[in-house]
Amino acid sequence: MSKYLDSIIAGFGGQGVMLIGNLLAYAGMNAGLNVTFIPVYGPEMRGGTANCTVVLSEEEIGSPIIRSPHSLIIMNRPSLDKFQPTLMDGGIQIVNSSLIDKELVETDRVKSYFVPTNDIADKIGNTRMANMVALGAFIKATGIMDISAVIDSLPNVISAHYSHLIPKNAEALQAGVDAVS
Amino acid sequence: MTKTGEKLFIKGNEAISRGAIAAGLKCYFGYPITPQNDIPEYMSAALPAAGGEFVQAESEVAAANMLIGAAACGVRSMTSSSSPGISLKQEAISYLAGSELPTVIVNMNRGGPGLGDIGPSQGDYFQSVKGGGHGDYRTLVLAPGTCQEAYDLVIQAFDLAFKYRNPVMILGDAILGQMKEPVITWTPEEKDENEGHGWRIVGAKNRPGRILKSLHLSEGALAKHNLMLKNKYEDMASFTQKEEYQTEDADLIIVAYGSIGRIVKSTIKKLRNEGHKVGLFRPITLYPFPSDDLKKLAEQGKKFLTIEHNLGQMVEDVRLSIRTIADSEFFGFYPGNLPTPDDFEEPILKALGGK
Repeated sequence: MSKYLDSIIAGFGGQGVMLIGNLLAYAGMNAGLNVTFIPVYGPEMRGGTANCTVVLSEEEIGSPIIRSPHSLIIMNRPSLDKFQPTLMDGGIQIVNSSLIDKELVETDRVKSYFVPTNDIADKIGNTRMANMVALGAFIKATGIMDISAVIDSLPNVISAHYSHLIPKNAEALQAGVDAVS
Repeated sequence: MTKTGEKLFIKGNEAISRGAIAAGLKCYFGYPITPQNDIPEYMSAALPAAGGEFVQAESEVAAANMLIGAAACGVRSMTSSSSPGISLKQEAISYLAGSELPTVIVNMNRGGPGLGDIGPSQGDYFQSVKGGGHGDYRTLVLAPGTCQEAYDLVIQAFDLAFKYRNPVMILGDAILGQMKEPVITWTPEEKDENEGHGWRIVGAKNRPGRILKSLHLSEGALAKHNLMLKNKYEDMASFTQKEEYQTEDADLIIVAYGSIGRIVKSTIKKLRNEGHKVGLFRPITLYPFPSDDLKKLAEQGKKFLTIEHNLGQMVEDVRLSIRTIADSEFFGFYPGNLPTPDDFEEPILKALGGK
């Protein structure tokens, strides 16, 4: 079976879900995989959740849009309500337990990882890096690629103006990896 | 072709913009509308830097008429818009076709009719391939399914436009426009500096003036003009492109183009794994339509199901292609919803079962 993973990454607008979606896709591309990234835009951007779908595959990718994904990164409660029911049986989800009540999260049908991304990011010193913590946890939980491929791709998504933040983002990614045992 | 070989991760809209500039685009005229705004946004910075001119016109109508002027000078020109904006450009497109002016028009199809929505749709198939404006004319229509194909086809579009002295349309949708994929860039060989030298308007010193027009009032002139156009369109018919995926042993052929073509491919992969003999025929040129290739499949006794993101438009061309041999069933996914591979499983299984 060749390597294939699709994922929906969802949260509040401003939590950086598009950034980590892009980063995941870049890392996949740099690792030699076929990739697609598609944001959901339109009325949904003006409230509720922002989300994007990333597909990584050794084979040519057909659909960039997925209804029942293999994996999820869920950064807030509305995203959990919307996407958890769509996660395929046996799928993997990273749930931001800093903002989401664990009791709402399915643990039998799917494999759920509770990662307090905001708290971990706070400890690192920048709460806005919760998205990177979540992506680090996702990389470890899915085993889709080595975290170094993601860290090496940070310059693809962080502009030169903010390049001084790359080491901190790398630290947040690694903290996410470490949060998943 | 010199491949610059840069591997980028970009939206379809940006792939189209970059492909156009690589093809030697000199004039872009646009007006904003979602979901193609990334094209004028990119062009506004990149085209002047590449030695071209970017104009945000006061309206779609103005942009399309500026296109007539640039095309008449033999300059590589382009406009882009989305469905309601393309409707506004139709008068000029008819004039471009009537005056035999080469240009490229990009339509990132959104939901309709009217203002519809800003999501993907294939509702503009008829408008694109059957004319759109008034009069007997055709535009070449290319329908990319991936960002790489969008980059490649827009380069090809300029060559075709000048080869046939005809407008060429790139028909995408909101999915293609907004999706990011890796694109490997390349630059075509240096184009002929004298492109269009036999007809373009460049000043008439030492020779009689030229008139590029679509009005033919003298007796017999319009009939002659239309006959010439007909011959040209028949000549264009030799240029068809399509993708076939697992059609060889397939009992059922799904005919789908653009984004729906690639989404259905995922459905087909899944059904193949379950042992269903189903394949994909994806027209890449919508006009001219790859009728002969479809006919060959029909002659092998295959069944057909056309799937579109509209209420049934291309299916008419599929049926025309295979008439007297076979018929095509149709499944329409309504604009206003976002299509996923799951949506096509049931209709395909149904068509397979009805043997």
